[in-house]
Amino acid sequence: MKTVHVRYYAVLREQRGVPEERVLTRAETPDALYQELRQRHGFSLAQNKVRAALNGEFAAPGAILKEGDQIAFLPPVAGG
Amino acid sequence: MSFRILSDPIDPAALKAALVRGRAGACVVFEGWVRDMSEGRPVVSLEYEAFAPLAEREGDRIIAEAREKFSILDAACAHRTGTLSLGDLAVWVGVTAAHRGDAFEACRYIIDQAKGRVPVWKRERYADGSSTWIEQKQVGFPRGSP
Repeated sequence: MKTVHVRYYAVLREQRGVPEERVLTRAETPDALYQELRQRHGFSLAQNKVRAALNGEFAAPGAILKEGDQIAFLPPVAGG
Repeated sequence: MSFRILSDPIDPAALKAALVRGRAGACVVFEGWVRDMSEGRPVVSLEYEAFAPLAEREGDRIIAEAREKFSILDAACAHRTGTLSLGDLAVWVGVTAAHRGDAFEACRYIIDQAKGRVPVWKRERYADGSSTWIEQKQVGFPRGSP
């Protein structure tokens, strides 16, 4: 088990009800963590719609989560 | 070269004044304004949210790409966060170049890429009191996981 810091944006933040939280998890990857959190909180966005950022940068494919990591889950963007 | 996320109003004159000039024969500026209609629905305001540090890094990467692809002298972009009213300036892009062709193309490249790649989210509020998060249908984040 590891503790990571999770931040949510836009629709995910609203659906979760808080902008950030600490999460104790066995998830090995950002994908697995999103699946776990989606089940727990009922997020509407499917996994393939959501990007993860790991420690302030877009997560590389296959990135592995470590104790204390900062993860952000990003819905599809819409600037401009 | 810089992409900035701003919670205060954008100052287009100051941004334009900071662009490299002298060798430039062209300056192309794009301003994105809050419009009263979205896909047939009357809009009353917009709310923008950003993951600012990553948005600025990704935006700087887009500007660097524009400098490689096109023969330009300088480029800058600013994007607002917070609540904006109709007619407000939401995003500003400015490019200088020796000639207009590259300035137009680079400006277009920067705004198109920014709309689909930079972690900024837009919530539209409608005249009937409802609201929704908008999903950009083009470009998309750089490839990766998840």
